[in-house]
Amino acid sequence: MSSLKKIFPVNKKDFIHAGEASIYVKNLLKSLQIDPKIIRRASICGYEGEMNVIMHGGEGSLFLEINPDKVTLDISDNGPGIENIELAMKQGYSTASERYRELGFGAGMGLPNMKNNSDEFAIESEKGKGTRVQMVFYTGGGGHAG
Amino acid sequence: MIVKELVEKLNMQVSAGEKGLDRKISEGYCGDLLSNVMGKAPEGSIWLTVQTHQNIVAVAVLREMAAIVITGGYEPDKETQEKANLEGIPLLLWDGSAFDLSGQIYSYIKAA
Repeated sequence: MSSLKKIFPVNKKDFIHAGEASIYVKNLLKSLQIDPKIIRRASICGYEGEMNVIMHGGEGSLFLEINPDKVTLDISDNGPGIENIELAMKQGYSTASERYRELGFGAGMGLPNMKNNSDEFAIESEKGKGTRVQMVFYTGGGGHAG
Repeated sequence: MIVKELVEKLNMQVSAGEKGLDRKISEGYCGDLLSNVMGKAPEGSIWLTVQTHQNIVAVAVLREMAAIVITGGYEPDKETQEKANLEGIPLLLWDGSAFDLSGQIYSYIKAA
């Protein structure tokens, strides 16, 4: 299998299309008969990433790359960026508005969930420029224990 | 148990997603924090929540849930119904509390 790449737009405040990129990714991984446990983890990460861009970010995208041994999700946006990444990574910490909390978001679980459910996790952010989160899931095809 | 059987037994209202009424319920989950539900709900769950906005459908699809029940007498947004129809996820309504409903569902799917 050669590498397969897809890119989906994800934009701030776009609650109407929230989750669609992750649902597409999930169905695609399923059709490729990837291990359901990996699909579950990638779905969680994709959804949390989408919601972060929609609630906190700017114009952005979810980039998916599937290789024989791994699945990569690369979610980036040109929004306001994260002031303190260390704090943002803390379970329970959130900058979400009261409105978003009422909707069941903003529990401070998004980024920690993404880190816990991926095999490799990298986040970079610059204030005023945007944020990028890269996650890798090893599928066992390339000798990685996952 | 399939969703349709539960709907009939408990006389629940089907608000949307009728085409998914033959989905199988094997588990259950209660929660209103979407990140928690997203991370913890088992596949095949019937999900009890008070959230009514459209994003609950994406969570149910991604977690491969059997159905969503909006408890406490709340009504779903129009967009939520549209998404549930599109994705074939039954959206059920229950006037009473999640506690009462869980007890009844539990007796059917877990204690049976």
